[in-house]
Amino acid sequence: MRPAPLSPQMTIALPVLGAASILIAWQYLLPLLGVPAYIVPTPTAIFGVFQKNFPLLVDNLRPTLIEALAGFVIGNLAAVLLAVLFVHSRILQAAYFPIVLFFNTIPILALSPIIILIFGLGMTPKIVIAAVICFFPTLVNMIRGLDSASDNEHELFRVLSATRSEIFWSLRLPRALPMLFSSLRIASATAVIGAIVGEWIGSDKGLGAMIIQATFNYQSDRLYAAIVLSSSLSIALFCIVVLIERRVVRY
Amino acid sequence: MANAIEANKLDVGYGGRQTAVKVLSGLDLTVAASSFLSILGPSGCGKSTLLRVVADLLDPLGGTINVLGATPHAVRSRRDVGFVFQDSTLLPWRTVRDNVRLPLGVGRRSLTRKIEDRSAELLELMGLSGLGERLPHQLSGGQRQRVAIARALLSEPKLLLMDEPFGALDEITRDRLNDELLSLWRRTGTTILFVTHSIAEAAYLGERVIVLAANPGRVVKDLDMRPFKREGNRCSREDAAIVAAMAELRAALERAS
Repeated sequence: MRPAPLSPQMTIALPVLGAASILIAWQYLLPLLGVPAYIVPTPTAIFGVFQKNFPLLVDNLRPTLIEALAGFVIGNLAAVLLAVLFVHSRILQAAYFPIVLFFNTIPILALSPIIILIFGLGMTPKIVIAAVICFFPTLVNMIRGLDSASDNEHELFRVLSATRSEIFWSLRLPRALPMLFSSLRIASATAVIGAIVGEWIGSDKGLGAMIIQATFNYQSDRLYAAIVLSSSLSIALFCIVVLIERRVVRY
Repeated sequence: MANAIEANKLDVGYGGRQTAVKVLSGLDLTVAASSFLSILGPSGCGKSTLLRVVADLLDPLGGTINVLGATPHAVRSRRDVGFVFQDSTLLPWRTVRDNVRLPLGVGRRSLTRKIEDRSAELLELMGLSGLGERLPHQLSGGQRQRVAIARALLSEPKLLLMDEPFGALDEITRDRLNDELLSLWRRTGTTILFVTHSIAEAAYLGERVIVLAANPGRVVKDLDMRPFKREGNRCSREDAAIVAAMAELRAALERAS
């Protein structure tokens, strides 16, 4: 038999309690087990970084935020536009989709040095890397979404003598929105990863650069603070996407 | 009275003209205006294909077809034809009212006449008043089909093509919608072509029933139902005459399958 569903209070309380139990174990159990602070600092030590070095953290958050956001917008926009082109021209799709597929198989870490060679050391290469990493899942999902209207739906629009652009705006695009948003949700995390990877390879600012510097200097509390901040950035982006999705996708 | 449909030696198939698999072969069919024709046949006999040729969704390979005195294309451009699918094909992101109003929003450029927004009147006619702001997923299967019929009726079509519209509904709902459809037909005088798998439904609704056989599709039985019914295509499902007609249709359908 299936277990009864949890009450609304419990669905909120249980994850909070779960996280709290792990934090408490981390704070008190790990030092007891002899794990040194330079490998795993305690939660209070990490929290201390936020108090002591707040301006430093914000200074490093800002470029990463801008790069991730810009990469997110540019990468997804390019993917959506290319998907629209592909579903309206099977010839272009047949000719170029395999090439896009090939590019997607190149590991982003292998591609990043080339992007930095092309675009130099400023913010641009990080934005490009974040855009590239968002691009492919959105392209694939958007093509599938735009093609997901049923034969009957297309016939309905034909009976009404709808034009190609009417079919696009009134049928294909609304049909594609749920799939578009599911890839945007994934992209909200990968865009941040892209920006950080870019900063690893060549930058002295940003959360990625901070992670590298903190690692080399054994400032593990700073390293962990940077990790907390980059994951918070992903979560914030994710929440924005979900909020917009709830307003736009009504079914 | 003029005929709504005149088809002569109609060949229809999928694929190229030479290599095509024929779905309908040499089909002759005349349908009187304002009549109710039920089309019965086994799967793959081309029932749906026939509707698609009439609706200008599919070009015939050979033969001629005349719909309401014009080509299927002209009739589609005039919006004189309404189509109801087996699945209601409602757009899930539009409210009931906006689904009914879909024909006002698309295809206006090629429209050759003005159509009025009769959505409020049609929602009431189909027993949907009060549900206009609902989304399709909030409706029952029967209500969804009512919305689909209301949408098809928005342009006041002279010809209504229905492809197993009640096939997925439970029997009680189906019977109720059958009666509503008949009273709608009496009121509007729309010619209806109604495709179904159900012998009982075909016999109850149609003034005339044709049975198609498969491979390739052709008419194997053409039964005038009026002698079995009272004035105005009225009958009860239990009438002995209707049961006899159903037996005759069943025999034809068994031979066709």
